[in-house]
Amino acid sequence: MVGKMEAVNGVKSGSNSTASTFQSAFFKPDLSLKSLKLKTKQQELLIRVSILTLVYILAFITRLFSVLRYESMIHEFDPYFNYRTTVFLTEKGFYEFWNWFDSESWYPLGRIIGGTLYPGLMVTAALIYSIIRFLRFAVHIREVCVLTAPFFASNTTIVAYFFGKELWDSGAGLVAAALIAICPGYISRSVAGSYDNEGVAIFALLLTFYLFVKAVNTGSLAWALASAFGYFYMVSAWGGYVFIINLIPLYAMVLLITGRYSMRLYVAYNCMYILGMLLAMQIRFVGFQHVQSGEHMAAMGVFFLMQVFYFLDWVKHLLSDTKLFQAFLRITVTCAVGVGAIALGVGTASGYISPWTGRFYSLLDPTYAKDHIPIIASVSEHQPTAWSSFMFDFHILLFLFPAGLYFCFKRLSDATIFIVMYGLTSMYFAGVMVRLILVATPAMCLISAIAVSATIKNLTQLVRTKSKVAHTGSTKGTTSGKASSKASLDQSLPFQRNGAIALLIGAFYLLCKYATHCTWVTSEAYSSPSIVLAARGAYGNRVIFDDYREAYFWLRQNTPPDAKVMSWWDYGYQITAMGNRTVIVDNNTWNNTHIATVGRAMSSYEDEAYEIMRSLDVDYVLVVFGGVTGYSSDDINKFLWMVRIGGGVFPVIKEPDYLVNGEYRVDKGAAPKMLNCLMYKLSYYRFGELQTEYGKPPGYDRARGVEIGNKDIKLEYLEEAFTTSNWIVRIYKVKPPNNRW
Amino acid sequence: MAAPLRFRLALVFSVFALLSLLARSSSQDLQIANAERRIDLTSHIIKVFLTLKVENTGASPASEILLAFPPTQVDHLAVVKAAATVGKRKKKTYQPLDVNPSEQPDSPNGTKYFSVSLLKPLGKGESVTLEVFYILTHSLEPFPVEISQSESQLVYYRDSAIILSPYAIKQQTTYIKTPGTKVESYTRVDPTIHAGKELKYGPYDEQPPYSYSPIVIHFENNNPFAVVEELVREVEISHWGSIQITEHYKLVHAGARHKGIFSRVEYQSRPSISGVSSFKHILARLPPRVHSVYYRDEIGNISSSHLRTDSRKSELEIEPRYPLFGGWKATFVIGYGVPLEDFLFESSDGRRYLNFTFGCPLVETVVDKLTVKTSYSYLDVVGRTVVVLEKKNVVPEHSIPFQVYYNFNPIFMLAEPFMLASVFFFFFMACVAYLHIDLSIRK
Repeated sequence: MVGKMEAVNGVKSGSNSTASTFQSAFFKPDLSLKSLKLKTKQQELLIRVSILTLVYILAFITRLFSVLRYESMIHEFDPYFNYRTTVFLTEKGFYEFWNWFDSESWYPLGRIIGGTLYPGLMVTAALIYSIIRFLRFAVHIREVCVLTAPFFASNTTIVAYFFGKELWDSGAGLVAAALIAICPGYISRSVAGSYDNEGVAIFALLLTFYLFVKAVNTGSLAWALASAFGYFYMVSAWGGYVFIINLIPLYAMVLLITGRYSMRLYVAYNCMYILGMLLAMQIRFVGFQHVQSGEHMAAMGVFFLMQVFYFLDWVKHLLSDTKLFQAFLRITVTCAVGVGAIALGVGTASGYISPWTGRFYSLLDPTYAKDHIPIIASVSEHQPTAWSSFMFDFHILLFLFPAGLYFCFKRLSDATIFIVMYGLTSMYFAGVMVRLILVATPAMCLISAIAVSATIKNLTQLVRTKSKVAHTGSTKGTTSGKASSKASLDQSLPFQRNGAIALLIGAFYLLCKYATHCTWVTSEAYSSPSIVLAARGAYGNRVIFDDYREAYFWLRQNTPPDAKVMSWWDYGYQITAMGNRTVIVDNNTWNNTHIATVGRAMSSYEDEAYEIMRSLDVDYVLVVFGGVTGYSSDDINKFLWMVRIGGGVFPVIKEPDYLVNGEYRVDKGAAPKMLNCLMYKLSYYRFGELQTEYGKPPGYDRARGVEIGNKDIKLEYLEEAFTTSNWIVRIYKVKPPNNRW
Repeated sequence: MAAPLRFRLALVFSVFALLSLLARSSSQDLQIANAERRIDLTSHIIKVFLTLKVENTGASPASEILLAFPPTQVDHLAVVKAAATVGKRKKKTYQPLDVNPSEQPDSPNGTKYFSVSLLKPLGKGESVTLEVFYILTHSLEPFPVEISQSESQLVYYRDSAIILSPYAIKQQTTYIKTPGTKVESYTRVDPTIHAGKELKYGPYDEQPPYSYSPIVIHFENNNPFAVVEELVREVEISHWGSIQITEHYKLVHAGARHKGIFSRVEYQSRPSISGVSSFKHILARLPPRVHSVYYRDEIGNISSSHLRTDSRKSELEIEPRYPLFGGWKATFVIGYGVPLEDFLFESSDGRRYLNFTFGCPLVETVVDKLTVKTSYSYLDVVGRTVVVLEKKNVVPEHSIPFQVYYNFNPIFMLAEPFMLASVFFFFFMACVAYLHIDLSIRK
């Protein structure tokens, strides 16, 4: 293909080798531009490298909207935990980090941090930090954490380039790099400040896949080894590694079934699986799951199956009699499947192999979580994906994806089979859970890149061949047979060239639209830190609500260092990271009962809640309230989930008690239990005296657009300790018990 | 790099060497003909202006005059300044005099002394008028110690109605200015007059040396009791044209502690009676031509601050994340850059002089512990020399220039660009080498 391009290009640079070009450049006194002229191959390399560099930079800077618009800060909820642990790691060292028992969360249970987290992200950031410090750049660890995700997004583009090159050609690689650099589905999790596992995990995921495909294509042990290490990094970074450990066996299985089994696959899979498994066991949170958990059994099954297959191949090689082999095959396959099934059955029955977890079930069956695990269903990013968000996150990739699939099937190879499988499975998962759009994004970008690259290449060829034919008829002989046949086709279809040009312009227009859409989405939707809220004021000016940090900083400075703060689990990580105070529950929702206890306290009457709070040693209660500002994701709107989760463990809490005819309301028509539960009281305490909006009665809740039903709230066991300037966070102090005399 | 760095402080600090050289004079020979004391209690920084007319009745000339302070006041004394008045009426000028702590062998009840060195000894029968100015910090004791949001802050001030002095005072008067008219109680030492915002003690005649008459004034003071418990200022000189200053504050409201609830609705709707002793913002006076000012704390930028600049000064109004009630704390960092040429001067022999302000830029604030660190260069690989100045009990009057001088070879300015350039150079060389060298074993 390249050779043809050269001929068509017509850029002749003489037969000088690179060295001689340089020599002539250096030694000839009359230095001319001509001697500096590069060969076509060098030109192509230069263009490729500069495009990649530009894409690399673009991927980084497009993620900096939030830094420019707000500040260099950590976003949202989980990143605060990651940030806190990273700070701990850089201050205390790896050993302390690995053995860290955190008594500041899940009071009074505590949490073994080293054993319950994926350390990849923190170790990566700490490593980058120490390298930068070693180079004598005095940066703060926060800056490193903020920029880790964009940095890895940039690296992902490079991996995408090589992956695309491996799958199709370098053109597809470049397009893939450019597409993934700005794809909103990926940007949503990798903007500056979004210091979360996914930031590095997508890089690790794509790297593992690329290295594995490379290993399958080459059959090289080195690439398989590299892929095992890529897998190790992925395991250390994100729980999504389960996707890899199930997709790769599935892929191997498909290759086996379609008769594409080869020695290359054998080497790649076995090396990657065994080494990857052993390496993954070094992560404490994962431990022996690779041999003990049901989710990882597919990989092991395929591993054994592959040995059986190899064994059979060997026997077939030894036995010349096909009939004998058929009989042997039947016996062996039956035995192998039987042994496997028995082993699995015994393992499961004896409890050695743990059954699938709820999260895994909820992936396979989208309705499972809703019925059985309210805590998973309560998270908005665990909801099934709406069509609009597909369009929002993928834009033209949605249309290019089927086209890419077509090209993949047209030129089927081991590599394209992989990307097709990756694309289809991840698209299914993306449909099940919003957050898994992220996993589908690289596949979408790669497959779409194949579509774009192949289409444009075909079109440009059409355009160019025609022009070549028109200009110099004599060169027709030098072009390949296919081109000449196309040229002859042109004569029969006179508008083909124009059509091609029109289509090229159309493609260009689409890609431009994609770029503007991506930039717009990044700027408007995905660059908000969600800690600082911004709104437009009455005069069009920008109003900033910094209430969260106001409250957390107040906690940090003005409460006793050992104070325990009870809040809904959403704010747990932020309170420990920014407020530096002990919390009862946090975003690591490992103990459902504990969360249910908090939910029960929030949905009980004050005196009952006081008993619960006393038993948990709670000193302060923190609620988030949006009634003054109209901030809708506050605790009143989350309250039904508290009721549901609390009621799931403590049947005294019944959801219908808080509803009126199945309707959730806070105004005068609300259920009496609702009007007197702790959450209602804490949210609306003395709110009835406040005039929130002109022309509305006092106590008008702007988030829900109603006048509240209970304006005369008296607190008996708690007292208001702090309310932020826009009332978004309200903190109450739990009074000590009364003296008996 | 090992340039000998020395520094000297311009005015009052660390000039203890002269002490032993001073001549002693008998206190009995001196007497004070007339003394007037004005105590300003309007803020939590207490300013006292003392006018003394000293006469020498003895035979020998006196070259120093002693000021006496009770031991409780000495610990809170931030500044003592004295000046001699020269000329009369409209042509009156002040000559600043050296004031140094001094030890006296027979001081009753642990009285501490400061000696004022006169420019020329006071001869027999001569008299001199001294203007003494001193500042007391942490001398207003809140009572009640804890107040709720709706209460206003009442404080005690303890002093003596009669000026403590080793000399006999013929006639003296003390005026005490309170921030408001509300005075709960005060000790009467007749004649005592309370009128409006002023309390007048005296005139008292013919008081012997070391007369003392304790008084307690209980009055309302709702001014912000802004105390910086610790302030670390880092001044970093970059010879490329900027001085970067980073200031780490630990601010606390040192007034009566807040008790019970904090109600936002009260605070918002009735600002005149709710949380009157609390404060919301505080002003920092920065040098003119500041740039890249920031105001943040451990968890990020604090968006509520306003910067006003003009050609003579810059004012940064900072607002902590929450209003500070009694006992509440806020830590934050202010950073800014100023142009190098405003503060760094080069002499002909190649020495560089940095003239910079010592004290805290916050207005009306006491700093319990101030540390100023001065250093230069960035991206350094061999360590840096840091000059550290420390001082306790700093008030705004300490905002005076200090000077640091050092030798610096301008060629070192090129070290950092050179390092960066060489890094890129080696990177590109490595790329070129990689592309041109074939490392594969197989051919």
